[in-house]
Amino acid sequence: MSTATKSKELTKQKALFEYLVRLADDRLILGHRLSEWCGHGPILEEDIALANIALDYIGHAANLYEYAVEIEGEGRHRDDLVYFRNDPEYKNLKLVELPKGDFGFTIARQFLFSSYSYYLYQLLSDIEDEQIRGMVEKHFKEVKYHLRHSREWILRLGDGTEESHSRIQDAFNDMWTYVGELFYQDEVDEFLQEKNLAADTASFKSDWKDLVTDTLEEATLDVPDWNQFMVEGSRQGLHTEHLGHLLAEMQHLRRSYPDADWE
Amino acid sequence: MATATTYNKNEIWDLLSEVKDPEIPVLSIIDLGIAREVTVKDGKVIVRITPTYSGCPAMKAIEKDIEKTLKINGIQNFEVKKDFSETWTTDWMSDDAKKKLKDYGIAPPGKTEKDDDFLKTLKGSSRTISCPYCDSTNTELQSEFGSTACKSQYYCHDCDEPFEHFKCI
Repeated sequence: MSTATKSKELTKQKALFEYLVRLADDRLILGHRLSEWCGHGPILEEDIALANIALDYIGHAANLYEYAVEIEGEGRHRDDLVYFRNDPEYKNLKLVELPKGDFGFTIARQFLFSSYSYYLYQLLSDIEDEQIRGMVEKHFKEVKYHLRHSREWILRLGDGTEESHSRIQDAFNDMWTYVGELFYQDEVDEFLQEKNLAADTASFKSDWKDLVTDTLEEATLDVPDWNQFMVEGSRQGLHTEHLGHLLAEMQHLRRSYPDADWE
Repeated sequence: MATATTYNKNEIWDLLSEVKDPEIPVLSIIDLGIAREVTVKDGKVIVRITPTYSGCPAMKAIEKDIEKTLKINGIQNFEVKKDFSETWTTDWMSDDAKKKLKDYGIAPPGKTEKDDDFLKTLKGSSRTISCPYCDSTNTELQSEFGSTACKSQYYCHDCDEPFEHFKCI
C-alpha cells in the first residue's frame, strides 16, 4: 500500500503541471465555445468581439500548456495535451463546456468567468514563478476588456426589452448550478499555495459575489440562490455529455491525420 | 562565406528592422517593441521576443519572418526565444512608430494610465481619440474589439470616416 500512496504523492512538479493544465483547460474549452460564434454573431461588432475574445483565451491556454509540458519535462508538445486527451483527462470546469446557447447565455457565462478571472489573475501576478507572473500580467490586461465588454451587455440585456431580460435571466438561472465549482480547491491548490505558487480563490469569493450581485441588480435581474445545489467533480475529470462532442469536433482532424503539417 | 561571426549585435538589430508586422506592415518588430534583445554567444545568435496579445495569430508569422531574415543574411546558428517574463505594453512603441501608424490611418495609442480603480468604475480610458484622417476629436468608440486583437473601432463625426485605434495596453 505504501508504494501506491507514494507514487501518488504530490511533488512541486506534479502539482504545478496539474494546476497549469486545469487553468489551461478552462481557457481552451471556453475559447473553443466562443469561436463557435465566428460568423454567427448577432451583429458584426459582436461577431468580431467574440472571435477576438476566443483568440485571447486560446492564446492564454497555449501559453499555459506550453509551460506545463516544459515543467513535465517528458518532451510532450502542448498540442499533445490538446488533441490526444479524452474527456476524463480534461480538467476544465463544467461551466465552460456547456453549449454556447443564445447570445444571452454566452454573455452571462462570459461575465461570470471573466470577473472570476479578474480576481484570480490579480493574485496570480504575485506568485513565486516568473514565467507564470509574466504571462498572467498579459492575460490580466486582456481580461479587463472581456469583463468590461460582458458587463456592459449584462446591463443592456437585463435592463433592455422584455425578451432580452427574460433570456439573460434564464441564462443565469440555468448555469447557476455550475458556478459553485469556480471555488473548488483540493490538495493540488493547497500544496502550491503553501509555496506561494497558486492563488487561494477563497480569498476573493465574497468580493466576486458582491460584484456579480451588484451587476445583476443594476441590470434589474434576480440573483439566483447562492445556496442551491452545486455540481462538482470537474477537476477530477467528471464532465457533462457536452464535452465529448466538443472534443470530437476539435480533435477529429488531428487524430485522423496525426502527422499532418500545415507547412 | 558569411557566418554569424561577421555580424555584431547592432548589425543584427538593424536586420530585424526589416521584419514587419504582417498585419500592420508599416511597423517593424522593433518599432512595436516585440524584439527585446539580441545576444551573440559562441557564434550563436539569440533573438528574444515577447508576444503582444496572448492569442495574436501574427506571432507565428513573425517568428518565421525572423528566421527567414536571418537565414537570407547568412546566419544559420540562431534561436528565436519567446519570453513571457516581461509584459508587452504599447508604451514600448517609439514616437516615430506612432507617427507611422497615424500616417497609415490607425489612431496610435497614448501613454498607458494606472487603473487601480478599475473595478469601481469598470470603465475604459476616458481619453479622447483623435481621428487619424482629419485630427478631429469629435469621435466615438464603436467597439473595443477590432479587426485584430490590438485594435478597437471608432467613428469620426466630422469627416464621417470609421477608423481603427491601436489599443493602449
